[in-house]
Amino acid sequence: MPKSLLIISRQAPWSGPNAREALDIVLAGGAFDLPIGLLFMDDGVFQLAAKQDAKALQQKDLSANLQALPMFGVEDLFVCGDSAAERGLDLDGRSLEEARVLTAQEITALIDRYDQVITL
Amino acid sequence: MKFAIALFSAAHAPSSRRALLFAQAALAGGHEIVRLFFYQDGVYNASGSVVTPQDEQDLPKQWRAFVSEHQLDGVVCIAAALRRGVLNEEEAGRYQRDAVAVGVPWELSGLGQLHDAVQDADRLICFGGA
Repeated sequence: MPKSLLIISRQAPWSGPNAREALDIVLAGGAFDLPIGLLFMDDGVFQLAAKQDAKALQQKDLSANLQALPMFGVEDLFVCGDSAAERGLDLDGRSLEEARVLTAQEITALIDRYDQVITL
Repeated sequence: MKFAIALFSAAHAPSSRRALLFAQAALAGGHEIVRLFFYQDGVYNASGSVVTPQDEQDLPKQWRAFVSEHQLDGVVCIAAALRRGVLNEEEAGRYQRDAVAVGVPWELSGLGQLHDAVQDADRLICFGGA
Protein backbone atom coordinates (compact mmCIF):
# COMPACT_ATOMS: atom_id res chain seq x y z
CA MET A 1 0.00 0.00 0.00
CA PRO A 2 1.41 3.42 -0.88
CA LYS A 3 2.45 5.70 1.96
CA SER A 4 0.16 8.65 2.66
CA LEU A 5 1.45 12.20 2.63
CA LEU A 6 -0.03 15.29 4.25
CA ILE A 7 0.97 18.74 3.03
CA ILE A 8 0.42 21.54 5.53
CA SER A 9 0.28 24.82 3.64
CA ARG A 10 0.97 27.74 5.99
CA GLN A 11 1.74 30.66 3.67
CA ALA A 12 -0.58 33.37 2.39
CA PRO A 13 -1.27 33.15 -1.35
CA TRP A 14 0.48 36.40 -2.27
CA SER A 15 3.57 36.23 -0.05
CA GLY A 16 5.73 34.60 -2.73
CA PRO A 17 5.75 31.29 -4.59
CA ASN A 18 5.44 29.17 -1.42
CA ALA A 19 1.69 28.57 -1.53
CA ARG A 20 1.80 27.68 -5.21
CA GLU A 21 4.79 25.38 -4.72
CA ALA A 22 3.08 23.61 -1.81
CA LEU A 23 0.04 23.09 -4.02
CA ASP A 24 2.25 21.74 -6.83
CA ILE A 25 3.41 18.91 -4.55
CA VAL A 26 -0.22 18.02 -3.90
CA LEU A 27 -1.21 18.13 -7.56
CA ALA A 28 1.79 16.00 -8.54
CA GLY A 29 0.84 13.45 -5.88
CA GLY A 30 -2.73 13.42 -7.16
CA ALA A 31 -1.50 12.86 -10.71
CA PHE A 32 0.38 9.78 -9.47
CA ASP A 33 -2.76 8.55 -7.69
CA LEU A 34 -1.05 8.69 -4.29
CA PRO A 35 -2.99 9.08 -1.03
CA ILE A 36 -2.39 12.74 -0.35
CA GLY A 37 -4.01 15.30 1.93
CA LEU A 38 -3.80 19.08 2.10
CA LEU A 39 -4.33 21.12 5.23
CA PHE A 40 -4.53 24.92 5.14
CA MET A 41 -3.23 26.34 8.39
CA ASP A 42 -1.99 29.63 9.86
CA ASP A 43 -1.66 32.23 7.04
CA GLY A 44 -2.35 29.41 4.58
CA VAL A 45 -6.08 29.83 5.29
CA PHE A 46 -5.98 33.08 3.27
CA GLN A 47 -5.63 30.91 0.17
CA LEU A 48 -9.32 30.08 0.66
CA ALA A 49 -10.50 33.68 0.95
CA ALA A 50 -13.29 34.39 -1.52
CA LYS A 51 -13.16 37.08 -4.20
CA GLN A 52 -9.41 37.47 -4.41
CA ASP A 53 -8.21 39.81 -7.12
CA ALA A 54 -4.89 38.45 -8.30
CA LYS A 55 -4.75 40.86 -11.22
CA ALA A 56 -4.57 43.85 -8.88
CA LEU A 57 -1.24 42.42 -7.67
CA GLN A 58 -0.15 41.47 -11.18
CA GLN A 59 -0.16 37.84 -10.06
CA LYS A 60 -1.64 34.65 -11.37
CA ASP A 61 -4.78 33.47 -9.64
CA LEU A 62 -4.12 30.58 -7.28
CA SER A 63 -7.76 29.79 -6.53
CA ALA A 64 -8.29 28.38 -10.05
CA ASN A 65 -5.53 25.85 -9.29
CA LEU A 66 -7.19 25.01 -5.98
CA GLN A 67 -10.41 24.18 -7.78
CA ALA A 68 -8.45 21.61 -9.81
CA LEU A 69 -7.68 19.53 -6.70
CA PRO A 70 -10.81 17.33 -6.80
CA MET A 71 -10.18 16.80 -10.53
CA PHE A 72 -6.71 15.49 -9.66
CA GLY A 73 -8.30 13.03 -7.28
CA VAL A 74 -7.30 14.98 -4.16
CA GLU A 75 -10.33 14.87 -1.90
CA ASP A 76 -8.72 14.99 1.52
CA LEU A 77 -8.83 18.76 1.92
CA PHE A 78 -8.86 20.43 5.32
CA VAL A 79 -8.71 23.89 6.81
CA CYS A 80 -7.86 24.91 10.37
CA GLY A 81 -10.89 26.65 11.85
CA ASP A 82 -8.86 28.28 14.63
CA SER A 83 -6.41 29.85 12.13
CA ALA A 84 -9.33 31.34 10.21
CA ALA A 85 -11.00 32.64 13.37
CA GLU A 86 -7.75 34.22 14.62
CA ARG A 87 -7.49 36.09 11.32
CA GLY A 88 -11.13 37.14 11.12
CA LEU A 89 -11.59 35.08 7.97
CA ASP A 90 -15.14 33.87 7.42
CA LEU A 91 -14.92 30.34 6.05
CA ASP A 92 -18.60 30.20 5.12
CA GLY A 93 -17.90 31.68 1.70
CA ARG A 94 -14.53 29.98 1.22
CA SER A 95 -13.42 29.38 -2.33
CA LEU A 96 -12.75 25.67 -1.81
CA GLU A 97 -15.94 24.48 -0.19
CA GLU A 98 -14.75 20.85 -0.32
CA ALA A 99 -12.22 21.67 2.42
CA ARG A 100 -13.44 20.40 5.79
CA VAL A 101 -13.09 22.77 8.74
CA LEU A 102 -11.20 21.09 11.58
CA THR A 103 -10.56 21.92 15.23
CA ALA A 104 -7.06 21.82 16.73
CA GLN A 105 -7.88 18.46 18.29
CA GLU A 106 -9.03 17.02 14.98
CA ILE A 107 -5.83 18.29 13.33
CA THR A 108 -3.72 16.42 15.88
CA ALA A 109 -5.56 13.23 14.97
CA LEU A 110 -5.27 14.06 11.25
CA ILE A 111 -1.47 14.46 11.35
CA ASP A 112 -1.29 11.21 13.27
CA ARG A 113 -3.11 9.34 10.49
CA TYR A 114 -0.55 10.22 7.79
CA ASP A 115 2.71 8.35 7.19
CA GLN A 116 4.66 11.46 6.14
CA VAL A 117 4.12 15.20 6.57
CA ILE A 118 5.56 18.21 4.74
CA THR A 119 4.99 21.69 6.17
CA LEU A 120 5.53 24.58 3.80
CA MET B 1 16.71 3.11 8.32
CA LYS B 2 16.05 4.58 4.88
CA PHE B 3 15.79 8.36 4.92
CA ALA B 4 14.57 10.78 2.30
CA ILE B 5 15.70 14.35 2.95
CA ALA B 6 13.86 17.38 1.60
CA LEU B 7 15.41 20.84 1.85
CA PHE B 8 13.41 24.03 1.32
CA SER B 9 15.69 26.84 2.55
CA ALA B 10 18.46 28.81 0.83
CA ALA B 11 22.16 27.98 1.20
CA HIS B 12 22.77 30.72 3.78
CA ALA B 13 19.95 29.53 6.08
CA PRO B 14 20.84 27.72 9.31
CA SER B 15 18.32 24.99 8.43
CA SER B 16 20.31 24.12 5.30
CA ARG B 17 23.40 23.59 7.45
CA ARG B 18 21.37 21.41 9.81
CA ALA B 19 20.18 19.36 6.83
CA LEU B 20 23.77 18.64 5.80
CA LEU B 21 24.79 17.77 9.35
CA PHE B 22 21.79 15.45 9.63
CA ALA B 23 22.63 13.77 6.34
CA GLN B 24 26.24 13.25 7.41
CA ALA B 25 25.16 11.85 10.76
CA ALA B 26 22.64 9.52 9.11
CA LEU B 27 25.32 7.94 6.94
CA ALA B 28 27.81 7.84 9.80
CA GLY B 29 25.19 5.98 11.83
CA GLY B 30 24.88 3.31 9.16
CA HIS B 31 21.61 4.56 7.71
CA GLU B 32 20.74 4.96 4.06
CA ILE B 33 19.72 8.15 2.24
CA VAL B 34 17.49 7.17 -0.65
CA ARG B 35 17.37 10.68 -2.08
CA LEU B 36 18.03 14.34 -1.36
CA PHE B 37 15.35 16.56 -2.84
CA PHE B 38 15.93 20.32 -3.02
CA TYR B 39 12.76 22.37 -3.45
CA GLN B 40 11.73 26.03 -3.18
CA ASP B 41 14.75 28.11 -2.08
CA GLY B 42 16.54 24.83 -1.33
CA VAL B 43 17.58 24.74 -4.99
CA TYR B 44 20.22 27.40 -4.19
CA ASN B 45 22.13 24.76 -2.23
CA ALA B 46 22.97 23.08 -5.53
CA SER B 47 24.12 26.29 -7.19
CA GLY B 48 27.73 26.59 -8.20
CA SER B 49 27.17 30.32 -8.61
CA VAL B 50 26.97 31.05 -4.89
CA VAL B 51 30.05 32.90 -3.61
CA THR B 52 30.49 32.64 0.16
CA PRO B 53 32.74 35.04 2.10
CA GLN B 54 36.03 33.36 3.01
CA ASP B 55 35.36 33.27 6.73
CA GLU B 56 31.96 31.59 6.27
CA GLN B 57 30.95 28.02 5.46
CA ASP B 58 30.55 27.38 1.75
CA LEU B 59 27.48 25.18 1.96
CA PRO B 60 26.88 24.55 -1.77
CA LYS B 61 30.50 23.39 -2.03
CA GLN B 62 30.09 21.13 1.00
CA TRP B 63 26.86 19.64 -0.36
CA ARG B 64 28.57 18.99 -3.68
CA ALA B 65 31.49 17.21 -2.00
CA PHE B 66 29.20 15.21 0.27
CA VAL B 67 26.90 14.02 -2.51
CA SER B 68 29.84 13.17 -4.78
CA GLU B 69 31.78 11.33 -2.10
CA HIS B 70 28.85 9.12 -1.12
CA GLN B 71 27.40 8.93 -4.63
CA LEU B 72 23.99 10.00 -3.38
CA ASP B 73 20.92 10.67 -5.47
CA GLY B 74 20.75 14.49 -5.36
CA VAL B 75 17.69 15.86 -7.11
CA VAL B 76 16.89 19.54 -7.62
CA CYS B 77 13.30 20.37 -8.52
CA ILE B 78 13.38 21.61 -12.08
CA ALA B 79 10.40 23.98 -11.82
CA ALA B 80 11.70 25.58 -8.62
CA ALA B 81 15.19 25.84 -10.14
CA LEU B 82 13.99 27.47 -13.37
CA ARG B 83 11.99 30.03 -11.38
CA ARG B 84 15.12 30.93 -9.42
CA GLY B 85 17.61 30.93 -12.27
CA VAL B 86 19.48 27.84 -11.11
CA LEU B 87 19.90 26.14 -14.49
CA ASN B 88 21.96 23.24 -15.68
CA GLU B 89 23.53 23.17 -19.12
CA GLU B 90 20.56 21.49 -20.75
CA GLU B 91 18.00 23.98 -19.39
CA ALA B 92 20.23 26.97 -20.10
CA GLY B 93 20.37 25.76 -23.70
CA ARG B 94 16.64 25.14 -23.86
CA TYR B 95 15.76 28.63 -22.59
CA GLN B 96 18.72 30.36 -24.20
CA ARG B 97 20.28 31.63 -20.99
CA ASP B 98 23.99 32.35 -20.51
CA ALA B 99 24.39 31.29 -16.91
CA VAL B 100 24.81 27.62 -16.02
CA ALA B 101 24.73 27.18 -12.24
CA VAL B 102 24.22 23.44 -11.68
CA GLY B 103 26.21 20.46 -12.84
CA VAL B 104 27.47 17.13 -11.52
CA PRO B 105 26.47 15.58 -9.10
CA TRP B 106 23.04 17.18 -9.26
CA GLU B 107 20.12 16.15 -11.39
CA LEU B 108 17.26 18.47 -12.30
CA SER B 109 13.98 16.61 -12.27
CA GLY B 110 10.31 16.87 -11.37
CA LEU B 111 8.21 16.59 -8.22
CA GLY B 112 7.53 12.94 -9.03
CA GLN B 113 11.03 12.31 -7.64
CA LEU B 114 9.92 13.69 -4.27
CA HIS B 115 6.87 11.43 -4.18
CA ASP B 116 8.96 8.50 -5.29
CA ALA B 117 11.41 9.14 -2.43
CA VAL B 118 8.54 9.45 0.06
CA GLN B 119 7.31 6.02 -1.01
CA ASP B 120 10.76 4.47 -0.90
CA ALA B 121 11.93 5.85 2.45
CA ASP B 122 11.00 4.83 5.97
CA ARG B 123 11.13 8.47 7.01
CA LEU B 124 10.97 11.77 5.18
CA ILE B 125 12.94 14.44 7.02
CA CYS B 126 12.27 18.06 6.01
CA PHE B 127 14.45 21.10 6.63
CA GLY B 128 13.67 24.77 6.15
CA GLY B 129 9.92 24.55 5.61
CA ALA B 130 7.51 27.13 6.99
